[in-house]
This record gives sequence, C-alpha cells and structure tokens, in this order.
Amino acid sequence: MESETTMATMIQTENLKYAYPTMEGEAQIFALQDVDLEIEQGSFVVVLGHNGSGKSTLAKTFNGVLLPAGGKVYVEGMDTADEHLLLGIRQRVGMVFQNPDNQIVANVVEEDIAFAPENLGVPSAEIRRRVDNALAAVGMSEFVRHAPHLLSGGQKQRIAIAGVIAMEPACIVLDEATAMLDPIGRQEVLSTIHRLNREKGMTVVLITHHMNEAEDADRVVVMDNGKVAMDGTPRQVFTRIEALRNTGLTVPDTVDLLDRLRKDGLDVPLDALTVEECADAIVHAVAVK
Amino acid sequence: MNGRTEDCPRRHWESAAARKEREDLESILQIKHLTHTYGVGTPFQRSAVEDMSFDVYSGEFLGIIGHTGSGKSTLIQHLNGLLKPTSGQILLNGKDIWAEPKKIRDVRFQVGLVFQYPEYQLFEETVYKDIAFGPANMGKTGEELDHCVREAAKLVGIRDDQLFKSPFELSGGQKRRVALAGVIAMEPQVLILDEPTAGLDPAGRENLLANIRDYHRNKQRTIVLVSHSMDEIAQNVDRILVLKSAHVLMSGTPREVFARADELISAGLDVPQVTRIAMRLKEKGLPIDPAVYTVQALEQELLAARKGGAPC
Amino acid sequence: MLKDITLGQFFPGDTVAHKLDPRTKILLVTLYIIALFCAKSVVSYGLLALTLAVCVRISRVGVRALVRGLKPVLFIILFTGLLNLFFTPGTRYLVEWGPVHISDTGLHNAIFMVLRIMLLIMGTFLMTYTTSPISLTDGLERLLNGLKRLHVPVHELAMMMSIALRFIPTLIEETDKIMSAQKARGADFESGNLMQKAKALIPILVPLFISAFRRADELAVAMECRCYHGGEGRTKLHVLQYARRDWVALFLGGAITVGVLVLRQFGL
Repeated sequence: MESETTMATMIQTENLKYAYPTMEGEAQIFALQDVDLEIEQGSFVVVLGHNGSGKSTLAKTFNGVLLPAGGKVYVEGMDTADEHLLLGIRQRVGMVFQNPDNQIVANVVEEDIAFAPENLGVPSAEIRRRVDNALAAVGMSEFVRHAPHLLSGGQKQRIAIAGVIAMEPACIVLDEATAMLDPIGRQEVLSTIHRLNREKGMTVVLITHHMNEAEDADRVVVMDNGKVAMDGTPRQVFTRIEALRNTGLTVPDTVDLLDRLRKDGLDVPLDALTVEECADAIVHAVAVK
Repeated sequence: MNGRTEDCPRRHWESAAARKEREDLESILQIKHLTHTYGVGTPFQRSAVEDMSFDVYSGEFLGIIGHTGSGKSTLIQHLNGLLKPTSGQILLNGKDIWAEPKKIRDVRFQVGLVFQYPEYQLFEETVYKDIAFGPANMGKTGEELDHCVREAAKLVGIRDDQLFKSPFELSGGQKRRVALAGVIAMEPQVLILDEPTAGLDPAGRENLLANIRDYHRNKQRTIVLVSHSMDEIAQNVDRILVLKSAHVLMSGTPREVFARADELISAGLDVPQVTRIAMRLKEKGLPIDPAVYTVQALEQELLAARKGGAPC
Repeated sequence: MLKDITLGQFFPGDTVAHKLDPRTKILLVTLYIIALFCAKSVVSYGLLALTLAVCVRISRVGVRALVRGLKPVLFIILFTGLLNLFFTPGTRYLVEWGPVHISDTGLHNAIFMVLRIMLLIMGTFLMTYTTSPISLTDGLERLLNGLKRLHVPVHELAMMMSIALRFIPTLIEETDKIMSAQKARGADFESGNLMQKAKALIPILVPLFISAFRRADELAVAMECRCYHGGEGRTKLHVLQYARRDWVALFLGGAITVGVLVLRQFGL
C-alpha cells in the first residue's frame, strides 16, 4: 500500500498532535489529537468543523506554518519538520488566508502576484509570463495594473489565489478564505478553485464552516475537538444527521426536509443533496401514492 | 408579530399595510425620499442611496437585505445621524433628526448601531469599562451606569467574572458580545445590527440570533437586522426590506417578499433554499405554496398536499 | 474625507517625466536641492525656477496641483519669511517703526528663503507626482545597494517602506470605520480643549494599533508562505534600466548645477 499511495499522495499526516503554547501552570489543550489523514493528488477536499474544532490548525500544519507537537506531516514525502525542506514544501503547497487585506504585499496587482516568483529567484521574463497566466487563471487579467486595495473582497481573494498559483504549486490550501466574503465573493472564489481543480489538476483543500461549500467536493472531512469525526463523500457525510449535529454543524435544509418526510412515512431517499435532486425525489414519492 | 411559521402557514397572507392597521403600529423611524450622493460636483459623483422612502414600525423586527453596493451601509449610517442626507429627511418619533444639528449625538443614543466585526473596536482596559463607554457618554454615572452595564452584559451572556478581564483576553465570539453589549447598554429605542453573525460558525450564529430574538421579545425594542443571508433574515424577522442599486426594490412580510422570488433572483439576490425547493415542486405540478421559507412549513405543505386535504 | 490624505499623490501618465528611471529622478532632485542651497543671486534662482517650470510643463502635472502641495507648509514658509524679515540685522534699514526693524539684508534673505523653500517643495512634489511610490522605493533600493557591504539592511528597509505605503489607504479606511463606530456610541471628537481632544483619540488609537500589529503578524505569515526569506536571491518583475533619456536628463541636471556653482563663484 505504501509504494502505491506515496506517488499519488499530496499530503499525509501521521499521529499528528498540536497544542498551542500555554501560560505557566495552565493545562495544555490539544488543538489536534492523533490525526491520520491522507490527501490525494488532484482531489478536492473540504474540511468542515465548528470554530475551535482544529480545522484551521490542521491546515496550518500542511505547509509548516505550525510544526507538529507530536507525529509527522509529509508533503509529497517531505517532512515539514525539516527546516531545510521548508522552502520547497511551501512552493508545493500554497496557502490563502481568511483576511483578504492582510495577504496583499504590494500597491499594484501585478507586483503582488510577482512576489512569490521573485522570492524564488525566477528570471524576470518568466515572472512576467507567470503573472499573466495566473491572472488569466483566476479571471482577473483586466486588473493587472490596478490598485489591490480598491478591489472587492472576492476580487482580493482571487488575487491572493493568483499570487499563490504564480509559484506553480501542486496544492492550494484555503484556510477559511471565504469567511469574510459576501455571497457573490464567495461564489467567485469557489468557482475559481473548482476550475483550477478540474482544469489544472490542482489539489484543493478548503477549510470552511459553510456546509453548502462542501456540496461539490470529492471528499468531506469533519473535525471535532481536534479529531477527525467523519470522513467520506458529501452524500455519506451529510446524511449522518445526528452525528453532524453532535459536532456542532447544521444539516443542509434539503437533507433536513427529507429526514422529516421519511419520519412522516414518505418513501424518499436521504441523500438527495441538491435542490433539484431533492425536489425530484419528493415529486416521485408523492406521485406514488 | 413573529415571522416564523411554526403553525399554520397561510395566516401571513395579509399585506403589511393591513397588518399595520390591524395592530395599530406606530412608525418609530420614517425615511422620506432619502438621497445621499458622494463627490457632488466632481467627476466621481455617485449616489449610494437614491430616493429611498420607508417606515420602521415601533417594536418590529425588520430585516434589510441587499448586495454590496445596494446602499445598505450608507442607509443605516443615516438612521443614527452618522451621515447627513444630501436630500430627504429622517424622522425619529416624528421629529427630523437634523432639525438641531448640534444635538445629533443624542440621536445616536436612541438609535444604536452595531457595525460589522464590532470586536475590532474594543479599546478599554476591562470589559466593564468598554461597555460603560456608551452610557458614560450619555452622562450616566454611579449606580445608574453600573446598572446599565451589568444588565447589558447579562443580556448578551457575559458572566460576572468576565466583566473585569481585559477584553483582549476573550475569544472572538465573546469579544463580539462585549461590543454588542456596549451599544445595548445605551438602551436605544432602535437597535441596528449590521451583519452581526459575520464570520461565526453555524452554532455561534444560531446562538447570537437566539440572544437577539430574546432581547427583542423581552425588551420589545425595535430591531433592524442587515444581512446577506436570506435564510438568516427569513427565519428571524417580521418584515423584509430589499435594496437594489441604491433603491428600495420591495418590502413586506417574508411571505410577501418570497412570493416574488423571480424578481429577487433576477435582481441577483437569492431566496432561502427551502423556498427554492418549494418553487421547484410547484413547477413540477404539486399544489405547494411556493412562498414558504422554513423546513417545517414546507413539510406541512407537503403532508397536506399528499393527503389532498384542506390546510390546517 | 479622511481618504483625501495621500502622501505625495501620484498622477499616472505617459510623459517623459513619468518614463524616466526613478533613480534618475531621485538623483536629479538631489542635484536640484544642492543647487538651491548654493544659489545666491537672482540669476541663479531665476535659472532654477525656469528649470522647474520646464519640468512642470513636460510632466503636464498642472500648476494648481503643485501649489496645493504648498498648503500644508504654508505656515512654515510664512514663519521663516517673517523671521528673516524682522530679525536679520543689516547695514541699511528700510523701515524703523518702534521695535520693528526691517533691514535690506533682512528683506533680501526673507525673499530668497521663501523662494528657496517653495522651489524645493514644488520640485520634490513634482517627483512624487510623476513617480509611483513603488518605483521610488525600487529606485532608492538600487541606489543604496552598495551600502549592503556596510551591513546596512537596504532590502529590508525598502520592503518596509513599500509595505507601509501599501497599507496607508487600508489603515485610513480602518480609522474611518473605528471613528464611526465610536461616534455611534456617543464619542465626541470635536468639542473640548486640547487635553480633552487628545483623550478622545484613545478609542481610536488603541484599536488601530492592535489592528496594525495583528495585520503585521498575518502578513508576515502570508509572506513566508509565499517563500519570502529575505533579500538573498530575490529577482524582480520590473528590472530598472537606464535609457538614453536618463543620461540626457542627468547630463542637463548636472550642467545646471555646475552652472549655479560657477555663478556662485562669480558672486552671483
């Protein structure tokens, strides 16, 4: 199993533990406890969980922003605890954060996107090419010489994504990157990363507490109290209603409705997640009287 | 006065005007032909709010929804006198708030405004002192001030032992409650909340909204909730005001507004997921009222439709 | 309202002045300042004023914008002028009215001092109007590169400057928001004496500082995630390169400065 999966494994954690530094005399609280996770190359994984479940902490161990207090994290086989490998790891796994403003380094969009390749010592002409490609990939080419602080939240996050793509990474981790956006901005970011996943095969790990963002994922991981509480496809996870509620999350309205109807005696499936599927299932059940 | 349909969904047919008459509601705030233009006379001239007219009824729970750019934040800053109208009037209890411009601060004590991410405005050494800032500015002292602070803290769920901690030792959610308490402590007649649940997880969101509902019920004050989320608004308010591109697109009870779901969708706004399911079911021929917006209500509709019988 | 404060506003454009390498412009302004302090006579000042006028014309900035740049320092200009006017002893006295004395040297000094400050400020502003803050920082970084051997952290200083410049509008926006929020709780920033007004700033400054530190922290992490590791091995998207117009401009600037120095030798 090892030799097969190491090729296709993007990120792997083994017995991962993390505790935030505490004051003297205070008991240590483990934000992460024995997390064993494997993220496959090219997959679109959503990590859900209530605030404090450890999902953000987990994301930050993926590229060495936080180092494990116990256990290991491997990125394409590279150990994040090895400081000589850190730069290489960060080039492979890029990260986009929650606050759109606090990721922008420059006064001009193209300068900001150029930041990462400049750090990597990429030659000037190649930087130009990467900047233009990255902008095209997020659909913001017309803003190339704009001032970033004048953009909307969704646009700023797309610039942040472009800034990460310019490193030509294999994986992007979005740490609650949609939390501060309005619905339009959230939609812009989501369609951008889905497109990147589909068209460029980029591995995407999306950390969020918005249930509906997980609908189109390949895999949903639910964190609770520093542990992996659930792991499966959206259909598998969203239909385990009691378990979801116990982890402090809500169930999508479609599933909630179907569950109630089932209890009322209607023969409907539980896993019709989308509005269309749900409506179709109900019509079918009601027609068959 | 509750917008939720735990019981029979068909009771909310009546229009807002009829309801007003029936319940003899007074208007606490009247907005008359409000226009606010930025950069008058420059090439950057732009009206953020154009000819908006509507009332806020005393004691109601009003929801305001609209995209970024619809004029939401400019509008609410007029309601407490932070911004001055380019033209038009704001009447509080029948009196123009700008009649005596030097006394505009008094308006802010009666119309409390909590901005988005209010936890970033905390500054005092202790939670107590920060909450006391508002009432102290009103001139309250001694026992009266203490009472205001402690009551407000209790209303948002802040414990006594937290009162004398530094606000910066608290978690994000707790800090937000402190900021909310700081405005509630002024005991304003109208409380305006701009996206109070922004950034909170589902449990946190529900918790805070429950707190706000309790405040509304117990104190019978007027609440204005500004939100992006149609689901959130639908489940909490008596009436909805929909804004689009600096204008009022429509207003009414949740049922009245969602009955015009097509207009909302073409205006780029969304309707609650439940409503979309109901609309789809109606399209497919089921005798469903497409303007329902809670899971319970839709469940009732479906059971009634299956039996083919009369509604409750 | 607060948004109108921009340090040395930049007007984008396509003129020769805009296209000059930022290093050239920094060097030209330096020469200009040296010449201004060496100028002694009407002829020299006239020459420098003419140079400025020509540059203003070339850059198409607009005299009104330049004059507006003088507004903040109007007080200093007047103060300096008056100081020189009334307190410089001289050989001949033009006005003697009680305690008030105005000497010929005083009048002479006052006029030239005022002129010098005005020309200096307008010249510097002309540079910032035609050069974006990022270019200026890049230009400075390249010019001071040699200092790296003396262990001066040139790259770090340049990075600090450009990040600070990038955050100015963001922090201004945040100040606006904090002010509105505190006003909504009845904060009064207008009334009261100086002490009271200073105290009233605490509800703005404390959250602003805390926010600034938080931003810095988050930005640092974001930069490291994009492989930032200091100035070693860093390349640039835009590499500064001198063009023919730069050499021409530097030559002319040098010639005028030498001219002023020569004039000074001849007592002019």
